[in-house]
Amino acid sequence: MSDAPTDASSPGPLSAEERDELRRHGILLTSVQELYNWGRSHSVWPLNFGLACCAIEMIAASMAKFDIARFGSEVFRPSPRQADLIIVSGTVTKKMAPHVVRLWNQMPEPKYCIAMGACAISGGPFKQGYNVLKGIDRFIPVDIYIPGCPPRPEALLHGLVQLQEKIRQQPLRGPDAPRHLRSDLACDATVPELGAEDIEPPFSPELWKPPTLVRPDKA
Amino acid sequence: MESPEALRDRLLARFPGVSVELVPNGSPSGQVSLRISPAGLREVARFLRDDAALALDQCSNVTGLDSPDREVVETVKESQPGAPGGPPVVIERKQTRIEPGHLEVVYHLYSVARRHGPVILRARTGNRTDAVTLPSLTPVWRSCEFQEREVFDLYGVVFEGHPDLRRILMWDAFAGHPMRKDYVEPDDYEWEPTPHGEVLAKARRHYPSAAAPGAVQPSP
Repeated sequence: MSDAPTDASSPGPLSAEERDELRRHGILLTSVQELYNWGRSHSVWPLNFGLACCAIEMIAASMAKFDIARFGSEVFRPSPRQADLIIVSGTVTKKMAPHVVRLWNQMPEPKYCIAMGACAISGGPFKQGYNVLKGIDRFIPVDIYIPGCPPRPEALLHGLVQLQEKIRQQPLRGPDAPRHLRSDLACDATVPELGAEDIEPPFSPELWKPPTLVRPDKA
Repeated sequence: MESPEALRDRLLARFPGVSVELVPNGSPSGQVSLRISPAGLREVARFLRDDAALALDQCSNVTGLDSPDREVVETVKESQPGAPGGPPVVIERKQTRIEPGHLEVVYHLYSVARRHGPVILRARTGNRTDAVTLPSLTPVWRSCEFQEREVFDLYGVVFEGHPDLRRILMWDAFAGHPMRKDYVEPDDYEWEPTPHGEVLAKARRHYPSAAAPGAVQPSP
């Protein structure tokens, strides 16, 4: 496993450009990290799960015209045990929130989360309502946010490509290693309870804190 | 289809103990509805469904209304004896009284067989607290089942004779009925850039400094 710096000026490891040059001549030089992340990033299997109108766009992205199979993510798994990615596509009501978080907890590491559309990001047009969660990032660590109401399939594909880029950049060692390679990070998210008025807790304090207003003149 | 007045008269003749009241509608649609006393609601509904001329075989919509207690100010004229030999003096006095609130359920009925409708039924509960029971019309029209559950969930009307009266939109542990006028939602306002209306009032309450100049984006 090599996570040595790929600095072009250093005499040791080859830079990315030099490796590309070698590849053109039929010589493949790579690191375990690069190979491992390359494999992971091109077989991200999403959970077969949709919540609202964004799910329709997600389904469109998986069909022939937009064809998510070009990016290796066509295998929508019906079980969270086999999924790598949860696409939270649509409005998360407070009644639904515990179930979404439980699905996330049932997914094995490494796992990723895409918040698709305004509702999954912030509650969207229902933000000030009494029955809608104001963003799934209150309970689940979100990797990619895709704005839109709903986002077009191209936007979802762009988000997926961004996620692949993120996976490719993940070092396998050190403080920036992903959750599944570290023992000091908890993988389970807090599952909220359905209370008499609201879900309890209303957000997971280790993931999210309410915003505070900053006034430069009062700082 | 017969006029609402004719239908009301027919119902009054058929069900002597039931009060049937015509509720006018001033809107362009002019859909007049019939307010039935709760005790006779199910018999009337069954009659409307089985009557050959009406054949109202589909209940397309069930909804609820909430009328909270209202303070009514009335002007009362009283005549008092004036000066001896003169005319009596009329004094206007304002008095307020509390008109008790109620919940109301509205059913929209159509006939698929005869292609007419809607006939609109209404029924009122006694009050908004303890006398909130109405007869369920699910035994008459099966399509009422989920919609009556919704009215039960959001307004708190209890339907007697409903086969499966549970909350349908909110979770079972939820207290309160969100569509009632006096429902107080959980106080979980979060900052947003362009509040207006009720949300602006919430924003001012939660972020008093946000209304002042110099306020900028919140930082996490």
